[in-house]
Amino acid sequence: MALIDLARRELQVKIVYYGPARSGKTTNVVYLYKTMNKQVTGKMVTIDTKGDRTLFFDFLPVNVGKIKGLGIRIQLYTVPGQVMYAATRRLVLRGVDGVVFVADSLRVQRQRNIESLKDLTENLNSYAIDIRTIPLVFQYNKRDLAKAGVPILSVDEMEEDLNSMLKVPAFEASAVLGKGVFETLREITKRTIRVVANKLVK
Amino acid sequence: MDMILTVEKQRQLEDVIRTELLANGAEHVILVDSSGSLIVDCGNYPLEDILPLAALSAANFGATAEIAKLVGEEDFTLLFHKGEKKNLHFSKIGEEYILIVVFDKSVSLGLIRLKSTKAAEKIMEILGA
Repeated sequence: MALIDLARRELQVKIVYYGPARSGKTTNVVYLYKTMNKQVTGKMVTIDTKGDRTLFFDFLPVNVGKIKGLGIRIQLYTVPGQVMYAATRRLVLRGVDGVVFVADSLRVQRQRNIESLKDLTENLNSYAIDIRTIPLVFQYNKRDLAKAGVPILSVDEMEEDLNSMLKVPAFEASAVLGKGVFETLREITKRTIRVVANKLVK
Repeated sequence: MDMILTVEKQRQLEDVIRTELLANGAEHVILVDSSGSLIVDCGNYPLEDILPLAALSAANFGATAEIAKLVGEEDFTLLFHKGEKKNLHFSKIGEEYILIVVFDKSVSLGLIRLKSTKAAEKIMEILGA
């Protein structure tokens, strides 16, 4: 839920990083947390299992400056990617204003990306949100693995699989190295704020 | 559901929280929506603790609603976490909002429950929940 708080002169929006298991959603948010000034980010909350897999969600509030005198606070969330956590993903999407879909460039994950996008579409539908209208950005993560000789999908293949109908911006990334992380955040923030401002200041 | 919180509404909400809860011993009171957005908070805790508390509380309520369904309930409308020194009382306001009260062991749970119910009624009126 987007909220304009006129007393604090602040706009709050919720952005969710979605995608299949191990595609790098948490890695994106952790990179932001580690590299951004601590006056800009708040405390990061992670609820994961004993390994490094997200059990419930990650949460990071980020202040991204001011627009027309209103401070912008983004609440970043990730979902657990594993198929069995469907109910949790739906819960985290509640009140979402913008989505980053983190797709895995590994060739072996091709079908999982497609299934996760379908899952996102259905979960958004359960909140009466159309994936074609919500602010959305793709991130094609793990591009660095090509150098290690690991078979990865071409950007054209990923565009064809995921973005042929939606035609939203897509960024090549290597979240573990920080490449493409800020570009993705900048674009989804811009799009989300534009849509929210149009909705709220009608 | 998007929302614009005016200065006037914010003031009214803070008045309710102060008179009903802080004046009766609560340490901090937070009003959030079910997506985890912070609407209003009053008390001693810094914002950097309140933001994750708001997000986790909304998620906690969402998870509890799923548990409720498993036992044939639609929802649980209040939750209580008891600690050694601090306690947390969560109550649902309408469909969209959650009131969270932090209080210590010197304050009785019964009083917080009573005052939370009263505050919730007034908050519903203000927000039209």
